[in-house]
Amino acid sequence: MPWAIGLMFFAAWELASRAGMISPLFFPAPSIVIDTIIRLLATGELTRNLAATVGRMLTGFLIGGLAGMSLGILMGWSANVRQVIDPLIAAIHPVPKISIFPLIMIVFGIGAISKILVIAVAAFFPMVINTTAGVRHIGLIHFEVARNFGASPWQVFRHVILPGSSPMILAGVRLALNLSLSLTTAIELLMGRDGLGAMIWLSWQTLRIEELYAAIFCLAMIGTLFRYAVIYLSRQLVPWQEWNRP
Amino acid sequence: MGISCKNLSLEYPTLNGSVLALDDVTFTVNREEFVCIVGPSGCGKTTLLKIIAGLLEPTGGQIETESSAGGARPHNAMVFQEHGLYPWMTVVDNVSLGLRFQGVREKQRHAAAMVFIDQFGLSAFANSYPHELSVGMRQRVSLARAFVVDPEILLMDEPLASLDALTKVIAQEELLRIWKDNRKQVIYITHDIEEALLLGDRVLVMSGHPGTIREVVTVPLSRPRNMRDRTNPAVVSCKQHIWKILESEVRQGMKERRAKVGA
Repeated sequence: MPWAIGLMFFAAWELASRAGMISPLFFPAPSIVIDTIIRLLATGELTRNLAATVGRMLTGFLIGGLAGMSLGILMGWSANVRQVIDPLIAAIHPVPKISIFPLIMIVFGIGAISKILVIAVAAFFPMVINTTAGVRHIGLIHFEVARNFGASPWQVFRHVILPGSSPMILAGVRLALNLSLSLTTAIELLMGRDGLGAMIWLSWQTLRIEELYAAIFCLAMIGTLFRYAVIYLSRQLVPWQEWNRP
Repeated sequence: MGISCKNLSLEYPTLNGSVLALDDVTFTVNREEFVCIVGPSGCGKTTLLKIIAGLLEPTGGQIETESSAGGARPHNAMVFQEHGLYPWMTVVDNVSLGLRFQGVREKQRHAAAMVFIDQFGLSAFANSYPHELSVGMRQRVSLARAFVVDPEILLMDEPLASLDALTKVIAQEELLRIWKDNRKQVIYITHDIEEALLLGDRVLVMSGHPGTIREVVTVPLSRPRNMRDRTNPAVVSCKQHIWKILESEVRQGMKERRAKVGA
């Protein structure tokens, strides 16, 4: 059913654009966008921009996500760490991450490091918040069981904390990936020489609207792909979760 | 391999001063003895069990054991209520948990676990996750998990409390059957007087505020037990005797709760 609605929407768009009911200049028919994508893939331009965006996004996500997860586990585990860090996170989290980009550039220059750093900061917050909540969500009884059966701290981490918090961590991964993609695009719009965001900006300036749509389509595909990747990962990693049951 | 608790007490601080949760609790459990502790909710039964398990430190008194391990505490295993199973582990992994923590290799620990999984009639579910099992089956997994580590003493915290009355009868029989083949000291907590009498050699009657042992009742039944012993006149009179000890406290507790709701 959702597929049918989507198909009908694009079919209507195609017909309306061809018939001139909506301006083909602003709303080029989907078939033209697909032609553009194929053309840009052939020249290598789209592939290059896609790779730049995905590379940036994943690097930032991995750095920020791993940092957030590590700190989240510490915060979930230790009330002391939580009491110190929690107010800081509460204070910084509401700041729109794109707004600190200029600040980061002043310190780290206008190169790749600044871009990746701001993406990492964006990915950090959902990961640290979700991981902390995930660890705290584990019932006291699970820790008592581990202690009673003589688990070492490492075993508690490996067999209680990590699996117990993984559903929330995976939910954090999904949020962090979305935010990383948004931030990557925003940064590329602002000052990228490559990447899908830069491509959107350039095609807007030169009024090559069909290329603008091609870039947006690619961004949507990246988002969707990562969404399914996380769902697949969840099924593999937390098969015991209710919502993963077939 | 007996265990004796001497003058155990536990005091913990609250906002309104300190609360005495346990006061002067003294009792012994002999070798291969099955001791039940019965008492109303909130009387400190679980606290006492956690102290024996080493999960809590008493503020007074001591636990003495003639442990073959030579340590300060007997090698114990606690049977937690069914939600103590790890939802992220299959039945066989849950049951072999204690062995895993001891560093036993997977093949060996799974083999050891399967022995008890078989005994509890769960062979077909060895690779299932807890959420795929009924409450009764989960409870049997919990029991098997404690038996596998071959402890000197088994500590059970109302393991059958979440079962319905019919399943409970079967579970009690099963527990006694498996205990017969793996004689351990057992401390079994319940708020079900009849269950305490059917399972235990002796019943410690506990009352709360602070938690103390009011009386030790020797169960007038020989082994093997039979679930028809429920109607045995000696058991019935024992049951009434214990109920008389606890009745006033249970009523008092209800009154206090009602007063709280009213206020």
